[in-house]
Amino acid sequence: MAELEKNAGHFLEVKDLTVEYFTKEKVVHAVNSVSFSLEKGKTLGLVGETGAGKTSIAKSILRILPDVGARIVGGEVLLDGVDLIALPEKEMRGIRGNKISMIFQDPMTALNPVQRVGDQIAEVIALHNEGKKDEFKRRAQEMLELVGIPRERYSEYPHQFSGGMKQRVIIAIALACNPALLLADEPTTALDVTIQAQVLRLIGQLRDKLGTSMILITHDMGVVATYCDNVAVVYAGGIVESGTREQIFDHPSHPYTVGLFGAIPNMNEDEEWLHPIDGLPPDPSNLPKGCAFRPRCKYATERCGEGPIEMAETPDGHQCRCCNLEAVIKGEKAK
Amino acid sequence: MIRYIIRRLLWMIPVALGVAVIVFTLMTFCPSDAAEIILGSNATEEDKEILRDSMGLNDPFFVRLGDFLTDTFIRFDFGKSWVTKADIKTSILERMPRTFVLTVSTLAISVLVGIPLGIIAAINQGKLGDNMCMAFALAGISIPNFWLALLLVILFSVKLKLLPPMGIGGLEYYILPAIAGCTNGIASLARQTRSSMLEVIRSDYITTARAKGVKEFDVITKHALKNALIPIITVVGTHFGRLLGGMMIIETIFSIPGMGTLIITAVNTRDLPVVQVGSIILAIVFSFCMLIVDLLYAAVDPRIKAQYESMGKRRVKHG
Repeated sequence: MAELEKNAGHFLEVKDLTVEYFTKEKVVHAVNSVSFSLEKGKTLGLVGETGAGKTSIAKSILRILPDVGARIVGGEVLLDGVDLIALPEKEMRGIRGNKISMIFQDPMTALNPVQRVGDQIAEVIALHNEGKKDEFKRRAQEMLELVGIPRERYSEYPHQFSGGMKQRVIIAIALACNPALLLADEPTTALDVTIQAQVLRLIGQLRDKLGTSMILITHDMGVVATYCDNVAVVYAGGIVESGTREQIFDHPSHPYTVGLFGAIPNMNEDEEWLHPIDGLPPDPSNLPKGCAFRPRCKYATERCGEGPIEMAETPDGHQCRCCNLEAVIKGEKAK
Repeated sequence: MIRYIIRRLLWMIPVALGVAVIVFTLMTFCPSDAAEIILGSNATEEDKEILRDSMGLNDPFFVRLGDFLTDTFIRFDFGKSWVTKADIKTSILERMPRTFVLTVSTLAISVLVGIPLGIIAAINQGKLGDNMCMAFALAGISIPNFWLALLLVILFSVKLKLLPPMGIGGLEYYILPAIAGCTNGIASLARQTRSSMLEVIRSDYITTARAKGVKEFDVITKHALKNALIPIITVVGTHFGRLLGGMMIIETIFSIPGMGTLIITAVNTRDLPVVQVGSIILAIVFSFCMLIVDLLYAAVDPRIKAQYESMGKRRVKHG
């Protein structure tokens, strides 16, 4: 507890995290100076479209980026004040699956097809705990029941499970060692809509029960509204806007966030056309100078292209990386 | 699972019969005269005719085929060699174990060297380790066995006097032949292991294993290798069959009287009964190998095992 107080509630702090992927011809700037922090027991939603770098952020916190080509170029990830990026690999192994664990996007491929599902849960328990084999097995069975799978199915293989059940097993693996931080990387994208709700509810319940902090990566605003305390909007590898859920939903201030909300069809009106954001995200190996959203932004001015843009505070007190903040707020109010 | 094994074993009967019929037919229409081979070219025409008659060679084809099949598969009487007059069953029983030991030791070296080489190459993809392993594999495919065999004999037998240069005896007689014969196996196993490991290492479940905090060594050996094994087992299995029948170069160089030399000599001297029985036995052994390969698939991959089991169940339902 003393350790916690020392860090004044900032249980996880990510500072200037930069990740690049190297290929023979070019460098892909996947994550560019991302900073955010998370308090204990809270949930942060990372929102953004495919390829924005959300998964790269999560994987670099755990340091499991693919070894070929990916590199954390700079920055710090402080967990209870300890910089994970600088930690020796051996100590980092003790944290993975134990203090920090991750739920993956695609349950169909995230389980080892030739290992019994129960053993896959027991493996992570055995790695981070002392004890006997029977004890690990018993705890793995308890985890199965916790996620709503009968313990008799311990000895079955992943191909005998449905997609939703596989995702439950992955959740059981992730929560087996009672982690302090859970990284949920689009946990429901690959699932059926009806199963999505079940799985999310399960994650939410277990999070509350175990007091786990969570980073929830998603592109679904509805999920963010239900499960997150704070929101960070990611665009082209950088955070463009962050604040509490209420701040972001009530006063979206970055033109990109505004566009995202605008793209959600209104259920109460008869809308014939969807309203997408015009254009495409920039090529991450060739990012525009200044604001990455400038080519698609209707509020863009000369200033947007003149070098890095600092975070600014909006009238309601959240952070937004836009140099025409007043114009955007005025423009959106006028609608 | 047992149902599946029994079914596969039963299938071997038509396979063996089929091979026997084909081999016998081919041999029958070979231009060769048993009587001349047995009696020599100086024998009179009458003597030859008497012998042909007593051997039943003048009988119609189907009668002879029937005799051959009953002799081979029911009485287990393989007959005598035309050339050496030796009992074929005895000489096969004598030679088979030697070829078997040679094959198994050759294969063991190939597996113990080839698979680790492939793994090292895969985890160092594109780096120095990869290039070195693949260069080694290329050398393994390119170096002729007989040449390597001679070099090994010069070094270990002639210069260092550590190992016997030829002949048969204790296990030490098999060391040089096995090393000389394993290069091909090492090369093909290393290449197969590398490519299937590369495919597996990219999978999501390997990332999951890393995210659990599994040691990198265990990630590779426990999680990745088991998933990459299927194509590797296939290569090992076919290689085993090939080695069993194809060790004649090594057997000849090291003067090991095994199955390879037996069949080659028989072919050269037109000793048809030996060729027939030898090929049938190799075919049966080969189909055993394939059965073992298929069972290993099931042992490695539960999905394949489930498939085998459901095949068994369907048969029960239908009849």
